[in-house]
Amino acid sequence: MTEAMTPLWEVFIRAKAGLAHRHVGSVHAADSEMALQAARDVYTRRGEGVSLWVVPSAAITASDPGDEAALFEPASTKPYRHPTFYTVPKEVGDM
Amino acid sequence: MLDTQLFDYVLRLADDALILGHRLSEWCGHAPLVEEELALANIGLDLIGNARALYDYAGALEGQGRDQDALAYRRDAAAYRNLLLVEQPNGDFAATIARQFLYAAYAAPFWREMAGSRDATLAAIAAGARNEAAYHLRHAGAWLVRLGDGTAESRHRAQAALDTLWPYTGEMFEADETVAALVAEEIAADPASLRPDWDKTVAAVLAEATLALPAEGWMQSGGRHGRHGEHLGHILAELQFLQRAYPGANW
Repeated sequence: MTEAMTPLWEVFIRAKAGLAHRHVGSVHAADSEMALQAARDVYTRRGEGVSLWVVPSAAITASDPGDEAALFEPASTKPYRHPTFYTVPKEVGDM
Repeated sequence: MLDTQLFDYVLRLADDALILGHRLSEWCGHAPLVEEELALANIGLDLIGNARALYDYAGALEGQGRDQDALAYRRDAAAYRNLLLVEQPNGDFAATIARQFLYAAYAAPFWREMAGSRDATLAAIAAGARNEAAYHLRHAGAWLVRLGDGTAESRHRAQAALDTLWPYTGEMFEADETVAALVAEEIAADPASLRPDWDKTVAAVLAEATLALPAEGWMQSGGRHGRHGEHLGHILAELQFLQRAYPGANW
């Protein structure tokens, strides 16, 4: 099977309702239905989750590791962006 | 007291699952895609798990101390009661998918019905099997559509597979005395009631796959009464070799 006929899809699984989908790996499949089935067969054998997303890998745009300094370093020296100066009352619960 | 009919019936279901599961295990290491390697293995394991639960029940019904291993590994071909369909060779991928589809289109509504069986053990087994069978049908159906409505070669192979396997489909809907008696007791699903569902599913998927529905004709029969083709002997030779060579061996 050529890469053109069975492209790569990235697989995301949500463990249970309310959490976020996590990236768990990838599968090769001809189309979205087959990709969903392949992800179910390869990545949910051990009860990993309740929801599956499959996304063509070509649809994902990733940041260039070479740009790490410009994109992410400035945020590390700005403590005022973190909400750590307020004490959350116990009654509010988990935020 | 031994209910011979119920024992026979449960054995039929167990043998179907074991032989089909074993056929799928033959794909291990040979599947066309690693994703299908996993898929076929998963389906095979689902079926073998089913078989184990059913053999347990059959052994308990018989009351002669035969456990899963005794029933699976120590009976010869004439004592097996599986459908002829499930012992047919894997052939190419299209043949395996066609066989799975034709069987799953019956198994899915069958286990759905059996979830309402008056027999508590069978109903409990059905509760798990129905979901597995639903996925097997979805998987095989999706592949059959893509093979049929695919390249000229895939369509040719898919059609050839359907035409070859078609004469084995009638046996799934046979109702002999055993089945009739258990249907009357509301233990067994009535094959006649499953037929319309099967016809509809098969017609719909084949239409989407642009495959021709094979013509009605003579149907193969005999598996339910121990009259098998030449394939089963070879299957059992592989399946049973270890236990017969090293009796009582376990991990």
